Amino acid sequence: MYNPQMASSAPAGVSGPRHAAVVRATHWITVAAFLALLITGVEILISHPRFYWGETGNVGMRPLFQIPIPSSRGSVPTGYGYVLPDQNGWSRYLHFQSAWVAVLTGLLYVWWGLGAGHFRRNLVPTRGSLSWRVIGAHLRLRRPGAEEAWSYNPVQRMAYLAAIFVLFPLVVWTGLAMSPGLVSAVPAAVTLLGGQQSARTLHFFVSAALVLFAVAHVGMVILAGFGSRVRAMITGRAARRKEDA
Amino acid sequence: MRKLSRRRLIGAGLGISGLAATAKLGAHYGLVPPDAHGLYGPGETLTYATQRLLARHSPAREFARSQISREPFANPTGPLGDGFGVLEAGGFKDWRLTVDGMVAHPGSFTVADLRHMPARSEITAVQCEEGWNYIAEWIGVALAHVLEEAGTLRQARYVVYRSFEQGWWDSIDMADALHPQTIVTHGMNGGDLPVRFGGPIRLRVPRQLGYKSVKYIVRLTLTDDLKKFGKGLGSAAPEGGYAWYAGI
Repeated sequence: MYNPQMASSAPAGVSGPRHAAVVRATHWITVAAFLALLITGVEILISHPRFYWGETGNVGMRPLFQIPIPSSRGSVPTGYGYVLPDQNGWSRYLHFQSAWVAVLTGLLYVWWGLGAGHFRRNLVPTRGSLSWRVIGAHLRLRRPGAEEAWSYNPVQRMAYLAAIFVLFPLVVWTGLAMSPGLVSAVPAAVTLLGGQQSARTLHFFVSAALVLFAVAHVGMVILAGFGSRVRAMITGRAARRKEDA
Repeated sequence: MRKLSRRRLIGAGLGISGLAATAKLGAHYGLVPPDAHGLYGPGETLTYATQRLLARHSPAREFARSQISREPFANPTGPLGDGFGVLEAGGFKDWRLTVDGMVAHPGSFTVADLRHMPARSEITAVQCEEGWNYIAEWIGVALAHVLEEAGTLRQARYVVYRSFEQGWWDSIDMADALHPQTIVTHGMNGGDLPVRFGGPIRLRVPRQLGYKSVKYIVRLTLTDDLKKFGKGLGSAAPEGGYAWYAGI
């Protein structure tokens, strides 16, 4: 993995590529799986764009809330005079296959990251770095300085850690809690969430949080210099100065 | 650029033959679903094999009587034809459930025959792939009991079941067929099974999504090879784009 030629563009004390090969590979596989999960998830959602709380929910019951979109099923009262085409078959096949890809990739990444000290070194905020001044500056979306081409800032670190260790496990859990096969073996997976329909509602909100994270993440990448940051995540090379972007 | 070393080539070769051996072993132990040959085969196989290895005998969740849905919902079925109307007018006395294929005593049962068999009541959820669900009490005879009466042969690996509704058929493996909660249902919430919910008889497979619980069943066929049925994908569902295994 170590390539001495790449080290030439790194600041003193930093060796190797900007992002390790494992980080780069798992990042892009996760991007592909996430996009597939998002598109198919929306397709599955429109067959019943109503949400409930507790164990049960159907069109004969009052929903917790309803998304004001047309549905792909005629039995759902949406107020629209038409029914969208049914795309659930392939959407479900692809959703679950992409979920396997995302979970296996995530496990590989976390296993490697723990062994290689990736989280400790690159993602846990350094001592004293989390001051209100720093957080405030980042939340005002100040354009990142050159030093950040080689290191994550504290707010960024917290956001990445939250996505990896909170949102991702939650979206997997709430998803698995809807599997009748899985909950037959592990009933607590769904009862702890308050029931089958609660799990579905929570799955929707955690997914929405992941979409917010992705939008903010891509937004910050564009702000920091889309070309250089994406190049670093593909090739591992990062520019010393951001003017190279 | 790295050179392809001999070690890498040997490693890749071992990896490929290892995958091939795993696939063969998986098929031998019934861990590969019949619709595993398409683009989504890997994901389906991972799900099915994982659940068969880790949760073959686990019981579907059962609920308290107080949790029974006051508003159960059923998707409308297609036209059932005049033949169904005639049977319904006769109180389904002439309804027959035929059992054939790999059984020692092929034959058929009337609804009354099924009602005379040991009844089981279970309060389980019907969960539709669309996202909605409801809880009801289901009364019926264990499919395992019906299969035992017909004398199921040891080499049978799947039960294919057909609906009175044209074109509707499905199948389950023996793990689900012999599972105590898989029942030939003739009652619901204390009464007869209403036509809307699949009456006179419906197969309930509570560890899988609702579409595996086929309504108006008329025939059970025991087999060791799903390739002989329909397009060979195990049920009408994959022919319509839906997964054969719906335990997700």
